[in-house]
Amino acid sequence: MIKTINNLGTTTIEAIEQIGRTFNLLLIIAWKIVQAPYRVFPIIKQVYFIGARSMTVILISGATIGMVLGLQFYNTLERFGSVGVLGSAVALSIIRELGPVMTALMVVGRAGSAICAELGIMRISEQIDALECMAIAPDKYLVAPKLVAGILSVPLLNFVFNVVAIGGGYFVGVILFGVAEGSYVNGMIDSVLWSDVRLGLVKSLIFGLLIMLICCAKGFYMHLGKYGSQGAEGVSRVTTDAVVISSVSVLFCDFLIGALMS
Amino acid sequence: MNKISIELVTGIFVIIGILAFTWLAVSVAGATFSEQPGYSLTARFTSISGLREGAIVEGAGVRIGTVTDIGFDPEAFEAIVTLRVNEGVPVQEDAIAAIRTQGIIGEKYINIIPGGFEELLSDGDEIYETESAISLEELVSKYIFSSD
Repeated sequence: MIKTINNLGTTTIEAIEQIGRTFNLLLIIAWKIVQAPYRVFPIIKQVYFIGARSMTVILISGATIGMVLGLQFYNTLERFGSVGVLGSAVALSIIRELGPVMTALMVVGRAGSAICAELGIMRISEQIDALECMAIAPDKYLVAPKLVAGILSVPLLNFVFNVVAIGGGYFVGVILFGVAEGSYVNGMIDSVLWSDVRLGLVKSLIFGLLIMLICCAKGFYMHLGKYGSQGAEGVSRVTTDAVVISSVSVLFCDFLIGALMS
Repeated sequence: MNKISIELVTGIFVIIGILAFTWLAVSVAGATFSEQPGYSLTARFTSISGLREGAIVEGAGVRIGTVTDIGFDPEAFEAIVTLRVNEGVPVQEDAIAAIRTQGIIGEKYINIIPGGFEELLSDGDEIYETESAISLEELVSKYIFSSD
């Protein structure tokens, strides 16, 4: 009994410590990023890794989600005889909700896990300590480019996802099921407002920062957590944790931003 | 992979992303950096229920403008709607602005019914003749409670 309460206490303290460390890392980086030296190439390299290399998965998942939405909305709307609103239904649900969330989840799975594992291995093999010995700030050198690249790449991927998904909905709705092209395209143009696109933009900017921050902090501060002394097994557990926590916080933040901004 | 091709691929990725954003913002959402040529009119309604910013303004069934702003006048308890009407579309002083619905459950829009006066409204003027949104529930309740 006492042991259970004890464990609960340990878990709570650890969770709060982790949240604190994560946001502390954000503040440190926000402070260090405005100071010299400014290096652009590491950011480009990370945009390449997080953004450009994720294009394939974003294109495939975008087209699939768009086609699924087109199919399901068509089946539902057909019962009410209002397939004319197919375009706006597909476009609004993608631009407002599914685009930012699916993009963020894909980036977590593809890039976030890799970044967390990379930093975790650097930590347990004492490469980060070696950087400190050479008077290179490891947080600025390793984490800052990833955060900036996350903020840059995730919105861009989100817009590519949106366009491809709208195309997928068009393919199913107009080409396969024969919804009038004009009602799909014009319905979409009439119902989507700049505020919808702006909501998607704000969401994906925040998600980009959030997932990179959580994944980086998990790997970077791996030695302070409970898996810190477990070597390779610890890295795998920390990576799993990072993916789970960043996915859940993306979903939670999605609700929060949606509630605050609409 | 060497340095140049990483930069090239990243550059292509960024260009594709920005193009996608521009298409969404300009073609789909209709955001414009400069205002469309046209003029703004205001109209007061006792109820606009369901009309939102960006709604269509129609004349004879053709799209002639958009609703740019919706405000509330607490003293008169009325809604103030700002419309942007395209260049070259005349709106007479006694024209009527009516809120209509596309179909039974469709979106609300504003229909401009032309008037007979020769004087035309210009930028910043107000359309005095308005018809508010027709609420189906109100009509039904009026019918039910006045039947006896």
